[in-house]
This record gives sequence, structure tokens and C-alpha cells, in this order.
Amino acid sequence: MNWFTKTFTSSIGRKIIMSLTGLFLCTFLVVHLVGNLQLFRNDDGVAFNVYSHFMGHNPIIRTIEWGLVLGFGFHIYESLMLTLRNKSARSHGYDQWQAKQNSEWTSRNMGILGSIILVFLLVHLYNFFWRARFGTPDPDINHNDNLYKVVVTSFHQLWYVILYVAAQASLGYHLWHGFRSGFQTLGLNHRKYMPLIKNFGYAFAVLVSAGFAAMPLYFYLFTNDQGALTKGVSLTLQHLTLAFN
Amino acid sequence: MAGSAATTNTKPMNLKLRVWRQPNRQTEGQIVEYPIKDISPDMSCLEMLDVLNEDLLHQGQDPVAFDHDCREGICGSCDLFINGRSHGPEKGTTTCQLHMRKFSDGDTITVEPWRANAFPINKDLSVDRSAFDRIIQAGGYVSVNTGGAPDGNEIPIPKDIADRAFEAATCIACGACVAACKNASAMLFVSAKVSQLALLPQGQVEAKTRVENMVAQMDIEGFGACSNIGSCAAECPVGISLENIAILNREYLVAKATSNTLA
Repeated sequence: MNWFTKTFTSSIGRKIIMSLTGLFLCTFLVVHLVGNLQLFRNDDGVAFNVYSHFMGHNPIIRTIEWGLVLGFGFHIYESLMLTLRNKSARSHGYDQWQAKQNSEWTSRNMGILGSIILVFLLVHLYNFFWRARFGTPDPDINHNDNLYKVVVTSFHQLWYVILYVAAQASLGYHLWHGFRSGFQTLGLNHRKYMPLIKNFGYAFAVLVSAGFAAMPLYFYLFTNDQGALTKGVSLTLQHLTLAFN
Repeated sequence: MAGSAATTNTKPMNLKLRVWRQPNRQTEGQIVEYPIKDISPDMSCLEMLDVLNEDLLHQGQDPVAFDHDCREGICGSCDLFINGRSHGPEKGTTTCQLHMRKFSDGDTITVEPWRANAFPINKDLSVDRSAFDRIIQAGGYVSVNTGGAPDGNEIPIPKDIADRAFEAATCIACGACVAACKNASAMLFVSAKVSQLALLPQGQVEAKTRVENMVAQMDIEGFGACSNIGSCAAECPVGISLENIAILNREYLVAKATSNTLA
């Protein structure tokens, strides 16, 4: 084995790939979240469809997309290799195991959280990415593919909303540990800056997961005729009107 | 279960011990229960096991094998996993310094050996930690002839660097980090040894080959990788910090990128 292969198949080398791809995927989350904020514009999806068209056709974005595929690919592959290694390091477990007394739940369950995110990712890619790239969505008034309509239709289904919100909760917990852990693995640890990195990571985890989770919740609760909240509010109003009459 | 650290008992206690018994490396073991009476709260956990062994010998049974040496919290031999924690429930102690006053009358105490494939069980609670020795042999030393003791301050080392190197050097290689880690990773141990030497001028000469060889040996021994969980540092009897693992990662990355080793 040459030095390069040796480095990146060692336990620390694999962790370095995990942290580099993980932090790269964090930058993707920011771009994705900021772009998707177009959904909240009250313009019947015109701005969102313009944005989607740009993301689907710009050659630079399309090139970076391959980087994203590699980022996800390596992050998942290395997590599998490391999990196998870690599992084989202790084949006989303890009778009593009180890890909760010395560590955080999220840090011990990154694999479970990541697996939930992966299931979500596959459903999410099929529903939006696959349809946008290979399907034939209806055109909107600007003759852009009306992906906004796909979003709205999807988020009017309860099971979809539940899957999305659960996945975003998992993402939040995954980032809660993952963000600072990435810096630690790269050796970017300094007693002056570690509190900042830690707190930034916590805020990042909460904001990103809450931001994404707000989208399905918004469409389900506020733009849906059958939506629980709309229905609830109108019923309450009816009751109040009746009571006052 | 163990009482809180504030509990201070003065009366002799009756306890139920659950101890891992395993005749040798090849045979599968099991947890065996032993009731034990009149344990003084002033005894250490190891002395409590001595009492158990005396009872077992009187009954003509095989005593429980466990590792111990100095019984002063210095040597790192007493490797017992007590009630689901390395060295038991108290923070910053070895098993020999864990006193029975931390438990309450009627408690059930489960005692297991360190669990890691790199630490095979010799017998009962005694494990073979020679994997650590082989990691040290791979590079955890400075290979220059130092001659007699040098004059003080002949090699200038800033106080804070000396302090940090000393903190890393307090690692007693007990293996509590490996035992507590979900991945049975030895990163805290290796990082303490690597940082201790990498921080000092005498160690910097061989810093690159040292970290490369020690990490390679760590992987060969079959320890897991680090997930930055922090159980290791929380259970370390001498308080080695996770910062050392960041130093190890940095040293490793820089060494791999710049050393002259091509293989």
C-alpha cells in the first residue's frame, strides 16, 4: 500500500474524510435552506420556480452537483467502514453499560440518526429531484416547471409531513454532535476557539433543522383546505359565532 | 446501584456482588453472584474483592483473578468495570481508590473486565493489555542517548508547554478510555503519549515517524476509531482531555502529508 491509501484507510484517515465531507455537506445545507426560503414568498411559487430552473440548468451548479454526490457517497461509505471497524473492536459487550452517565446521546447514535436521514434523502430525491430532472411537471405562468405545485401537493399529505419533520429532527441531532466533531477530527481545536465552534454548531443545528422543518409544517397547516390548523381555526370561529348569537 | 458521592456510610455493609468469572482465554465466561457480608465502608473496592477471595478460598473455591499492583492510584493496573463504568461511578479515581463508602448497604455491584478485542481476558477480571505496550514500542519514546541529567533550564521550554506536556504525561495507561468507549478506541491513550512528546523539543525530532507508527500499531491491534463522544475523557482517572485527540489528529495529518515515509 502506498502512503496515500494507507493514510485514508487508517482509523484517523477515515475520520478525516468523514469530517471533510460532513463539513462540506453543511455548506450545502446552507445553500439549500436559503434557496428554499423562496417557498415562503406569497407569489404562487413564481420565484421558487425561477430559482429551481436556475439550479437545474446552470452549468456551474450542475458541476458542483457531482461534488455533492461524491460528498454524500464518501460520507456514507466511510461511516459504514468505520462502523464495521468499531463494531469488531468489541465483540463481547458489557452486562452493565452506563454510557449515558458519561456522554451525550447524540454522539453515541450518529449512525442511527444518519440512517434516518439517508432514508429521508432517498424519498426526498425521488419526489423532488427525480421529478424535476426526469419528470414532466406542469409549466407555471413563466413556462418554468411548476415545482412549487409539486412541493405544495406533497406537503398536503400527512405521512409526508411526518417523515420530513422526523428527518429534520434527526438532522438537527446529527449536526448537534457532527459540527464540532468535524473540527475536532481535523485537529482544529484550540481552547480559545472551541467554545465558539461548539456554540455555533449548536445554533447551526437548531436553525437549519427548524428552517427545513418549517416548510412542510407551513404548507400543511396554513395552505391546506384540509389542514388541521385551518380547519381547527375555522371550527373555533364557527363555535364562537354560534355562542355569541 | 451505587449511592451518590455525598453518601458516607460508617456501618459495615452487606452487598450482592455480580462478578464475571471466566476460567481462561478460550472458554466463555458468565456472571456469578456472591453475597458478601460485613464490608467496612473504609475498604477500597479491591480490599472488598480480597475479602471475597478469602471467603472463596475457605470454601475451597477458585478465587477471583483481578489485576492490581500499587493500590495507590498510580500504576493503572486495577482495571475493573464497575456498575457499567470504568473504575466505577466516582469521577477521577482508579478502582483501588474507590472506597466502599460510596456504596450503600444492600447494593448490587456488578464487576466486569475491560471489554475490547484488543484486550483479551486472561482469567475472570484480569485482561491482557500488552497491546498498549506494543503501541509504545512502535514509537512512544525518544531514542537519543541523554547521558546524565541535564542542568536545569538548559533546554528552554515555556511553562505552559511544560504544563501541557506534563498533563498528557500523567496518563497511567490503565485502559479506562478503551473500556468506556463505545468503539473500544484507544485514541485517548495514544493521543496522550503522542502529545506529551510532540509538545517537547526532545520529542519533536522523531515526531512524524512516531505518530505514523503509533497510529499504525493502534490500528493493527484492532482498536476502534474515535467518534468524539468523550466517554474516555469523562472516565479517565487522571483527567486526560479530548484536546489531546485533536493534537493527535493534527500531528497525524501533518506527518502523513510531509514525512519522508513513502510506504
